[in-house]
Amino acid sequence: MTTLPQTTGKKLGLVIDLDTCVGCQACVTACKGWNDQDQGRVKGLSDQDPYGAAPSGTFLNRVHSYQVTPETGPAQIVTFPRSCLHCEDAPCVTVCPTGASFKRAEDGIVLVNEDACIGCGLCAWACPYGAREMDAAQGVMKKCTLCVDRIYNDHLPEEDREPACVRTCPTGARHFGDFADPDSAVSRLSADRGGYALMPDLKTKPVNRYLPPRKKGAAQAAPLAPLLEIRASGFAGWLDRVLGKI
Amino acid sequence: MHPAPSVILFTVLSGLGFGFLALLGLGALPVSGWGAFTCWGLGYALAVAGLLASTFHLGHPERAWRAFSQWRSSWLSREGVSAVLTLLVLAPMALSDWLDLGFGRWIGVLGAGLCAVTVLSTAMIYTQLRSVPRWNHWLTPVTFLCFAATGAAILAVRLPWAYGLCAVLALVLLAGWRVGDGAFARAGQTIGSATGLDRLGRAEIFEPAHTAGNYLLREMIYVVGRRHVAKLRVIALVFACILPVALLAALPVHLASVLATAAHLLGAFAARWLFFAEAEHVVGLYYGKR
Repeated sequence: MTTLPQTTGKKLGLVIDLDTCVGCQACVTACKGWNDQDQGRVKGLSDQDPYGAAPSGTFLNRVHSYQVTPETGPAQIVTFPRSCLHCEDAPCVTVCPTGASFKRAEDGIVLVNEDACIGCGLCAWACPYGAREMDAAQGVMKKCTLCVDRIYNDHLPEEDREPACVRTCPTGARHFGDFADPDSAVSRLSADRGGYALMPDLKTKPVNRYLPPRKKGAAQAAPLAPLLEIRASGFAGWLDRVLGKI
Repeated sequence: MHPAPSVILFTVLSGLGFGFLALLGLGALPVSGWGAFTCWGLGYALAVAGLLASTFHLGHPERAWRAFSQWRSSWLSREGVSAVLTLLVLAPMALSDWLDLGFGRWIGVLGAGLCAVTVLSTAMIYTQLRSVPRWNHWLTPVTFLCFAATGAAILAVRLPWAYGLCAVLALVLLAGWRVGDGAFARAGQTIGSATGLDRLGRAEIFEPAHTAGNYLLREMIYVVGRRHVAKLRVIALVFACILPVALLAALPVHLASVLATAAHLLGAFAARWLFFAEAEHVVGLYYGKR
């Protein structure tokens, strides 16, 4: 059913810490690795021409990198993982003509029933965040499942019951939890660090939160600026003075 | 947005088809006997051809029947349901006109209303998308409805209605382009709001997230058609609105119908191509592309 649930019991989602993320792409690889496993009728994430001249493939997570220049001071590089935000008012769900796209009432995860997907692509058009990619080999829409097959999986050790991207992140930049609980680790982390939603004006009410890079630690001036001030001493200083006078 | 030929065919042909069916339903073109059979058959053929074309771009056309299920939330589903309902409701009217059964015209009027609902639903598939600011405006459904009415009036050579509708369509197209050109900027989304990095400073692309193409770049960030926007707009206006008027005024009825409709369709295809090719999706912001 592609009408959205009025409320969801939990609001499962991710906190992504842009201060800690180093852009190593481990989350991209781990996501692809876990979700590329064929599981019965649900097939993995196909690639086209992976070793050829024009490789292309289906990914549920992509890491961008941006240069941000503040009003004063030098620019900084921010690496920026982008995946499904599991929106409360997910436009990708309501546009779906077949009911393949749905949001779970129990935990708020947005999923695709691939058996019912006709591959019309309208959900990907409706998503402002580019979270959905059509699998070119299977003709069905793929998206982040929050590793629904890990987080409730009793066959996995306790510590592995979180999304593959979170489990693998070597810097701990990704956190998984329930935003419906104001005392959960992710809710508190987001509140403490000024976590924000992407493009909130589009009224999608994303669940995932991004933590802005901390102000501290930013260089106060261009790193090479002190070199301009070097005053030579000794012979070099004498030479500098003499040459300056000629 | 990628202008898939199947979607352009679908929206243009079914638009003309449902417009023409509405005109026949209202009794605006008095037909009887085999003339009625031909006219109704043409309307049905256009509408059905358009609907079939729409299934060509699907990853799984064999599951298309599922698209009738979500009419409560999805405009695409509503479009499918109303299209089939319209074709069913109008069938007795078509039979009545053909075989002179004398059924009440109210059936045709009801069917004409459903034709309008179908075309409106088609337009709403695009209008509803906040992610594509150019489409997210009431002029989108007005444009689709105008195309259906104008095409039908030209095909049926309803004068002077066709002249007036051509003029209205031209004005609507011009208004749509004028409003649409500033739509992305007015929507106010930037690379800064897309990433939230505007709270730190001015954000720019440092390096792309991936060096090869992907579905998003192919589907949402389509720039080929935009190079010739000005020329295509002139072509659309001349062929869809101006040339049909001249042909309808100068030629005998049957020849005028064929040639003016052909010209109008060519213009409609150009306009619909632009409708997709010019539309910019906000996801392009993440890639520093529009």
